[in-house]
Amino acid sequence: MKWPAFAYARANSLEEAFALKRAAGADAKWIAGGQSLLVSLAYRLQAPGALIDISRIAALHGVAEAGAGLRIGAATTHAKLGADALIGARAPLLAQAAPLIAHAAIRNRGTLGGNIAYADPASELPACLVALGATIVAASPRGERRIAAADFFVGLFETALAEDEIIVAVETPAPPAGSAIDEIARRPGDYAMAGLAAAFDIESGRLAHARLVFFGVGGAPVHAVRASTALTLHGVAAAQAALAGDLAPQGDHQASGDMKLHLARVLTRRVAQAALGPGSLAA
Amino acid sequence: MKTRLDVTLTVNGERVTRSIEPRLHLIDFLRLELGLTGAHAGCEHGVCGACTVRVNGEIVRGCLTLAASLEGARVETIEGLSDSGEIRALQDAFVAHNACQCGFCTPGMLTTAADYLAQGGAADRAAIREHISGNYCRCTGYQAIVDAIEDAARRRAGGAA
Repeated sequence: MKWPAFAYARANSLEEAFALKRAAGADAKWIAGGQSLLVSLAYRLQAPGALIDISRIAALHGVAEAGAGLRIGAATTHAKLGADALIGARAPLLAQAAPLIAHAAIRNRGTLGGNIAYADPASELPACLVALGATIVAASPRGERRIAAADFFVGLFETALAEDEIIVAVETPAPPAGSAIDEIARRPGDYAMAGLAAAFDIESGRLAHARLVFFGVGGAPVHAVRASTALTLHGVAAAQAALAGDLAPQGDHQASGDMKLHLARVLTRRVAQAALGPGSLAA
Repeated sequence: MKTRLDVTLTVNGERVTRSIEPRLHLIDFLRLELGLTGAHAGCEHGVCGACTVRVNGEIVRGCLTLAASLEGARVETIEGLSDSGEIRALQDAFVAHNACQCGFCTPGMLTTAADYLAQGGAADRAAIREHISGNYCRCTGYQAIVDAIEDAARRRAGGAA
């Protein structure tokens, strides 16, 4: 369907964006890449009175070293997440996730900030940020604040962001020794039926300090605490068994809850295997 | 806040200015304002890929791009890519392999395939399928399309056809 009518303005700075928002009120939405927002307009799921284009605000762009980790501008596209050398070195989980997000043409416009603001439960990046222990930096006329990724994703399409806040950047800590992401979708680029983003260390041939964060199995990314501990202490089979205590997936049009739990177990094995190398789980 | 605005961009090398409503997406801008009907409006919610065009050298979904946001951008459509000869070998391969049936997906498919080749894509069927996974074809079953792109990639690499 055609989009409903809306007014439009482009902000060239955060201050300008806040002024436009103040004038337009709650009926105005931010737009960056638009790859989620514009789909929802086409479906007429929402009809904002105005769109404020924040895609050209310089403060939202760029990738820079910050301490042992990175500060990644919110306007960074998925394509850049997959191609940027700094991200590949300092936050490889995000680079690994990028090719799983939608399709090439969408990755060229969709942004990190837009993706996490939309908080689709089947999306890869929210789970990656929780697994990495990343921090979301949000700005508003009241100033800047930092929100831990684990506190940011509240529920289905719901975040801790206030209505007038803009995500400025994501900060990642020092990279874990290892990380991996995998998902099971019916076709490349489709929404995952279940997915797993994991960060871990490897100590004497075993996974240690594992953080297993699942997506597509709940309203928000789910940090599977019991399975993460079981994986570290007792190995893959114990982690798979423990998942029943971590996840209670609801079925959707793609898969039943039981099937999603099964897929989560399959993913746990695949990710552990990828982390430790082929043949590692044979014994 | 504007409910109508002037936008100036370069389309296939030509600078154009139009007064538009913000709700106009790039495909309707190209088709209705400029008469460039090569890129198609298919699903209009980002799934089918029939609207694939290039913005500032990168392929995008035309139906998920606000024309109003493209002030100063460089847009290339299938018309421009054809006229410049850039995708001539690819088009020849599509003809040779009978990779078009109804033709509705073809402009988007060619634009995506050209992007694959421009990024140095190899004659690797799995990688080709991955790159065109966002472009739907309801006629061919994709086999002939993959054949054509593979052929074009191989020829470009200088191997035997």
